[in-house]
Amino acid sequence: MSQIKSLEDLKKKREELKTGLIDAIDSKNQVQVKVAMATCGIASGAKPIMEFFMEQLEKRNIPAVVTPTGCMGYCYAEPTVEVKLPGQDPVVYGFVDLKRADQIIEKYIKTGELVDGIIPVNYETIDSKE
Amino acid sequence: MSKYTMHLLVCGGTSCNFSESDVVVCNLRDEIEANGLSDKVQVITTGCFGFCGKGPIVKVMPDNIIYVQVKPEDTQAIIEEHVIKGKKVERLLYRDPKTNEIAGDTKHMSVFKKQLRIVLRNCGVINPENIDEYIARDGYQALGKVLTEMTPEQVIKVVKDSGQRGRGGAGFPTGLKWDIASKNKADQKYVVCNADEGDPGAFMDRSVLEGDPHSVLEAMAICGYSIGASEGLIYVRAEYPMAIRRLKIAINQAHEYGLLGKDIFGAGFNFDITLRYGAGAFVCGEETALIHSMEGLRGEPTIKPPFPAQSGYLGKPTNVNNVETFAAIPVIILKGADWFSKIGTEKSKGTKVFALAGKINNVGLIEVPMGITLREIIFQIGGGIRNGKKFKAVQTGGPSGGCLTEKHLDMPIDFDNLIAAGSMMGSGGMIVMDEDNCMVSVAKFFLDFTVDESCGKCAPCRIGNKRLHELLSRICDGKGIPEDLDRLRNMSQVIKDTALCGLGQSSPNPVLSTLDNFMNEYEAHVKDKKCPAGECKNLMEYVINPENCVGCTACARVCPVNAISGQRKEVHHIDPTICIKCGACKEKCKFDAIFIR
Repeated sequence: MSQIKSLEDLKKKREELKTGLIDAIDSKNQVQVKVAMATCGIASGAKPIMEFFMEQLEKRNIPAVVTPTGCMGYCYAEPTVEVKLPGQDPVVYGFVDLKRADQIIEKYIKTGELVDGIIPVNYETIDSKE
Repeated sequence: MSKYTMHLLVCGGTSCNFSESDVVVCNLRDEIEANGLSDKVQVITTGCFGFCGKGPIVKVMPDNIIYVQVKPEDTQAIIEEHVIKGKKVERLLYRDPKTNEIAGDTKHMSVFKKQLRIVLRNCGVINPENIDEYIARDGYQALGKVLTEMTPEQVIKVVKDSGQRGRGGAGFPTGLKWDIASKNKADQKYVVCNADEGDPGAFMDRSVLEGDPHSVLEAMAICGYSIGASEGLIYVRAEYPMAIRRLKIAINQAHEYGLLGKDIFGAGFNFDITLRYGAGAFVCGEETALIHSMEGLRGEPTIKPPFPAQSGYLGKPTNVNNVETFAAIPVIILKGADWFSKIGTEKSKGTKVFALAGKINNVGLIEVPMGITLREIIFQIGGGIRNGKKFKAVQTGGPSGGCLTEKHLDMPIDFDNLIAAGSMMGSGGMIVMDEDNCMVSVAKFFLDFTVDESCGKCAPCRIGNKRLHELLSRICDGKGIPEDLDRLRNMSQVIKDTALCGLGQSSPNPVLSTLDNFMNEYEAHVKDKKCPAGECKNLMEYVINPENCVGCTACARVCPVNAISGQRKEVHHIDPTICIKCGACKEKCKFDAIFIR
């Protein structure tokens, strides 16, 4: 890892990462799956769900990036998973058990058909707030 | 790709289900089939939209149109008008109550977006174990800007102008705290992050540390630069192993990039962060007790002054801020004080994270602008009370706070309004209670906690709280006398006035606020020996209604203490002197013959 020695370095790094980390997923046509893995998410069974996505997406030959993330805030609907298809807005699914995870892969990821359990976005972000 | 060209998203949240959203789903599916659209249009049930007052909600995608209060008989219009003809069903669109204007799509409906995520901006978005994802989302830009373009005075001015107040509970202005620490001269100063989250039902600090640890590290370095400290310490409870693990990873990664350590950004500023583990004592959230605990001493508070800003960790000037306070700092620096201070109320700026818990449908972590009402939080974002029960009260501020009732539902929430209403912001736990909660028991529950957590140093807290708890137990057991109510109030006042630290001074708050708001319940316990909510076991009696009892013996067989007698096919009887009020018989009875008196 190279050290960041100045603000210029950091800005350069940010731009590299934006294209290398975020845009690259879309341009490589990869599906992005984020699993809420705070203590509470793990306690309600998020770990096997993440492993399932990792194994099965590879097995079913779907190019994808699966990462853990922090709390999404929907405790009542844990485990929660965010799925982003290339070029589309992300969709958050709640109450994800192995059966629903399988449906998400077979229906949503493969064909774009929505699956029950979507959690609607109900917040503004710092970028959307003027 | 999908064969479907249109999706109808129907809210399947508990509250919408009460208003027949399940029937709406069935009807929509029937209509779709009847019109031969089964291969083009799909109906999906979703989680709560957070707009329960106007439920059931139907959202049409990809048109992004929202219909509100959709009744089962409205489904025909949605299919025939919107889906087939592409014409909006105007009468079902949402109208702004103020302007009466139609607001159809989610992008223009602020009502659907009650939340604003500043502190939680990266939680659930980035991988907390990968610093690159934080940097890609402007991470460490604020630190870079501060070190290369701003003087410490300028940084403090921005934080002051933003109007941010400490999120740990007391609401002390952050900028002022930094200013005081910066003006005290010393060879070494310290920045401390208070991650000793102890309120029952609060978990926002843990969520931030687990979901976005770098934002706290970055803010601590910014604070260090502003006050002239080169060392930071995070006091985190050992009960948070995941938070500790992710913090350690984050600190290591920041070191590898040179974002912590020596000569950060080539600006000649050194800053390092180490972790200190707490053993989970509630009193260690109080800053002087926290500092003693970090020094290896007993976690006991001491009288202020001296304030930590004068003499804190190892006797040096120390600035202590809460996790949530720190997490907002990078955004304040990058977006500016103006941007931040436009959010919130006159005296409480920005947003607050609340942990919604208790008898509420959408238990969760939310971040809302200051000034939002309890009604919006509980009945929109929170999805209303579980099982359609009636709202009774909400406890804010944990065991140090008080309860708010129906009359407070439309009060804008900020630091000062909550105190005026007899509660406090606290760290942001919100425990929602319904008609089945006995408020005397609630007060007893919180006293139970403070009695347990009192460090024992001062008499009012050590002895006084114990006596309060005994009085409350007596009342709940049906042995209270009318004088007890005055005694509760007087003793509470004495403890408040004389206890040494914040824990003792605030511990009687749940008693005082329940006395103020629910005197009728206390009186029912003391005078009528009844618990109106039916929660106090010693004040209720399980009785068999002879008209409904068929003598099936099911209750007698399930009773763990053999309190039920009676012959087969004859009316049974419960002996109140043996009964332990476990409720097993009532649950078992198929004939509704057992009731509580």
